[in-house]
Amino acid sequence: MKYMLLMYSPPMNDAGEVPEPCELEEWFQYDKEVQEAGIQVASHALQDLTTSTTVRVGEGGERVVTDGPFAETREVLGGYYVIDVPDLDVALDWAARCPGARGGGSVEVRPVSEEY
Amino acid sequence: MQERADGPTASPGGSVESSVEAVFREEHGRLLASLVRRYGDLDLAEEVASEAIEAALVHWPVTGVPTRPGAWLLTTARRRAVDRLRRDRAYTARLAVLQAEAERGDPAAAPDADVDDLPDDRLQLFFTCAHPALPAEDRTALTLRCLGGLTTPEVARAFLVPSATMAQRIVRAKKKIRAARIPFRVPGADELPQRLPGVLQVLYSIFTEGYAASSGPDLQRVELAEEAIRLARILHRLLPREREVAGLLALMLLTHARRAARTGPDGELVLLEEQDRGRWDRAMVEEGCGLVRTALTGGVAGPYGLQAAIAALYDEAVDFAGTDWPQVVALYDVLLAVAPSPVVALNRAVAVAMRDGPAAGLALLDELADEPRLRGHLPYPAARAELLRRLGRHAEAATAYREALDLVGADPARAHLRRRLASVEPPGPGGDGSTAPG
Repeated sequence: MKYMLLMYSPPMNDAGEVPEPCELEEWFQYDKEVQEAGIQVASHALQDLTTSTTVRVGEGGERVVTDGPFAETREVLGGYYVIDVPDLDVALDWAARCPGARGGGSVEVRPVSEEY
Repeated sequence: MQERADGPTASPGGSVESSVEAVFREEHGRLLASLVRRYGDLDLAEEVASEAIEAALVHWPVTGVPTRPGAWLLTTARRRAVDRLRRDRAYTARLAVLQAEAERGDPAAAPDADVDDLPDDRLQLFFTCAHPALPAEDRTALTLRCLGGLTTPEVARAFLVPSATMAQRIVRAKKKIRAARIPFRVPGADELPQRLPGVLQVLYSIFTEGYAASSGPDLQRVELAEEAIRLARILHRLLPREREVAGLLALMLLTHARRAARTGPDGELVLLEEQDRGRWDRAMVEEGCGLVRTALTGGVAGPYGLQAAIAALYDEAVDFAGTDWPQVVALYDVLLAVAPSPVVALNRAVAVAMRDGPAAGLALLDELADEPRLRGHLPYPAARAELLRRLGRHAEAATAYREALDLVGADPARAHLRRRLASVEPPGPGGDGSTAPG
């Protein structure tokens, strides 16, 4: 079963800065473990929030482009993995090992729809 | 008619019916767990389990209860499952995968395993129903439904919510189990310390709901408390070496042993200190004390073992004043270190009041005044009121009793607080609407 691990940063401080929950080294190590386990379907890290742009298309087809993410939020989606593992417990284990789950960060685990 | 159908009971029909009932209570969880393990699908398992039970209701009154009712039910349910799967191609494809997985994972789950062996798969089901990925209220509902064998309306009544609300909750939980593929498995030894408390919490919340009904006319819903004890016994059998399971079962037994003395003739609450100890269930106290020894042996005890040890000190005392208060306070000290919480601090303060007098206890309670978790927590103003009353500070006691009355849910506890309030209020026509006759 495929699960997406969505990695959210710790909440931004009032200056709009996102604290780094862990060292880059830890990410490299985790990524290596995911590769070696042979469970990775896809993964990307995202650039920071200042580079984000949101698009909405209205009923009349008009395009509205705005700076920043879709929702006002203090936690920033920083990257994701899609992994293929037998069940939720295994997916939760991989989420718990992820450095992004520590230091105030969090990892949301969502099953990938198998219907489409 | 077979021998077992007409027992020594007066009416043979009634005897079969009641033994059928008893069998279903005992077998339902086991049956469901075996089916879930085999088919990996809670909905399918529930459907064929209830079909097997319906079939039993038709056949058993005629043929008598079979010698191995569990095996009979499982065989019948499996036949129904196979019929169903043949009819449903999507299921068939899924079944092939699931069976391959099950066999790979565990040779004992092979489809031809002897039905007479009847492995007990309930432990898996306990962990699935109490999975942390489910909302807490759904865990309790699902456990009562799948392992307790309660129907959805019965679960709804247990928690005083409308049947439709409970049905939605159960559907939601089952959907998440299926869609997110929450597995049916016992956590490994390394995970167990993290996962077991969740299962214990579910059982304890069923028990406390039965012990101190949060609202409604009955202070204790004995059946619900007994169901929690039954489930805790099963868990203890399945995990005999887990000391906290023994501790939880002990805590339940030592508390439930006082049930007959806990409500008066008119259904009102009788406090521990006023209870007729002759009405306590001595056999249950003894069983509980034995389990406390298991729970406390070998290393630092867990929170349930410690609470059970405190309950044992209450139950073993000749009378309330004769309780070993220094020992109770000492156990609360350990409990505060193991599982710190304002509620434990509150209970410790009450024990200190018994050891050192009401003033000492009140001082500790007042230190907890700003605890957000005690705001709106009935025992806090109730305990303060009690200590203030003992200190003769009647006006303050009355205020605290009124605070407690605003929070109380179950009617019998309300009656108790009203009586206490009346005892500290000045006699004569009251200024606050009370119409005490002269």
